[in-house]
Amino acid sequence: MSGITPSQTVGPYFAYGLNPLDDYDWKQTLTNNLVTSDASGERIRIEGRFFDGDGKLISDGLLEIWQADAQGRYAHPRDERRPNAKFSGFGRAGTDKDGVYRFTTIKPGAVPGPDGTMQAPHIVVVAFARGMTRQVYTRIYFADEGANATDPILALVPDDRRATLIAKREEGKDGPLYRFDIHLQGEQETVFFDL
Amino acid sequence: MTFVYPRKSLEAFGPALAPAYKSTVKRSPTKPLILMPHTMSELTGPVYGHDTVQAGDEDLTKQHKGEPLGERIVVHGRVLDEDGRPVPNMLVEIWQANACGRYIHVVDQHPAPLDPNFTGSGRAMTDAEGKYKFITVKPGAYPWGNHPNAWRPAHIHFSMFGHSLISRLVTQMYFPGDPLFQYDPIFNAVPDEKARMRMVSSFDLDNTVPDWALAYKFDIVLRGRNATPMES
Repeated sequence: MSGITPSQTVGPYFAYGLNPLDDYDWKQTLTNNLVTSDASGERIRIEGRFFDGDGKLISDGLLEIWQADAQGRYAHPRDERRPNAKFSGFGRAGTDKDGVYRFTTIKPGAVPGPDGTMQAPHIVVVAFARGMTRQVYTRIYFADEGANATDPILALVPDDRRATLIAKREEGKDGPLYRFDIHLQGEQETVFFDL
Repeated sequence: MTFVYPRKSLEAFGPALAPAYKSTVKRSPTKPLILMPHTMSELTGPVYGHDTVQAGDEDLTKQHKGEPLGERIVVHGRVLDEDGRPVPNMLVEIWQANACGRYIHVVDQHPAPLDPNFTGSGRAMTDAEGKYKFITVKPGAYPWGNHPNAWRPAHIHFSMFGHSLISRLVTQMYFPGDPLFQYDPIFNAVPDEKARMRMVSSFDLDNTVPDWALAYKFDIVLRGRNATPMES
């Protein structure tokens, strides 16, 4: 083989295939609720808005998240400390008509980083939308984590842009809520990673 | 097996900003992406068991009481890594317009009929050899608002995971010889012709089912190379 298959936009009409909810005659298999009854750790909600370059809310976006469990273990063969719970670590959410996405999950633990370092707890976000020829990758870090100060990936981000990766914590009646907005462009453009 | 993900392979994708596809102008990052090492967080990714896919999910012509209208087709192929090795036990999700070029999505309101016997969603797992197969109907071309008299060539949307989060791919499969290729800014958002043609399926007479369905073959190559070079 010579060369990978190119990416193409997810387009405006993916919902009935990838995120049908109750709107279409198709079973939802990948959801925005990652919590399993046997997973330990702090149950949290993540909520945010998705903005385009005009500051308009993107109501046809798709967000996917990938994270370790509360003990910092990924449910994948490459991580030999694989979780013993059913927690898969993957979630998928569409943005609603107001450009808002929501996840319910477990706060992840710290995970190994490059060269024997440790990474602060974080969640990887993959974002798709009409008008995006390819997905973008970003990360959600948590404002209440002291380990952010020594995180090897945050250290690669210019000081004045680092705040775009930090979710703020609110104590809501349904438990802790982290707010994380994503801006594709503009002064507050979110940091996206070259992977 | 340990995989590595050379960034150079991404040159096949073309830029995030493709101004002829107007929506990219306000939806492509403008600041430089931050280069970072691939860590455990990216080198892992979701793994799905066969319980994610139910029997029949791969046949889009049998989801309703009757059969959908249109030209029945088999769409099949292999999912491979950059070494040409199969990517087994992997979730493939597809969605498409019906034979008239109409999506069931509520936002698509262009004047072509919906088909009560066709939703247009499917999913399948690749087998040990990386093979997948769907039964569906050939989607129609449809108009869109990008520019005057804009039409999308017929296509099927594909979504795949691969060995890690880095190999995640959403793409579109096209049909050979479509006269709309040259006019479509989404297809042409991939500037390299060879890369672009990797999104076009091939007509596959050998897998055509006589008296029943034509076949198209679409192989997909995801990011990922064996960390230990292959013997030559």
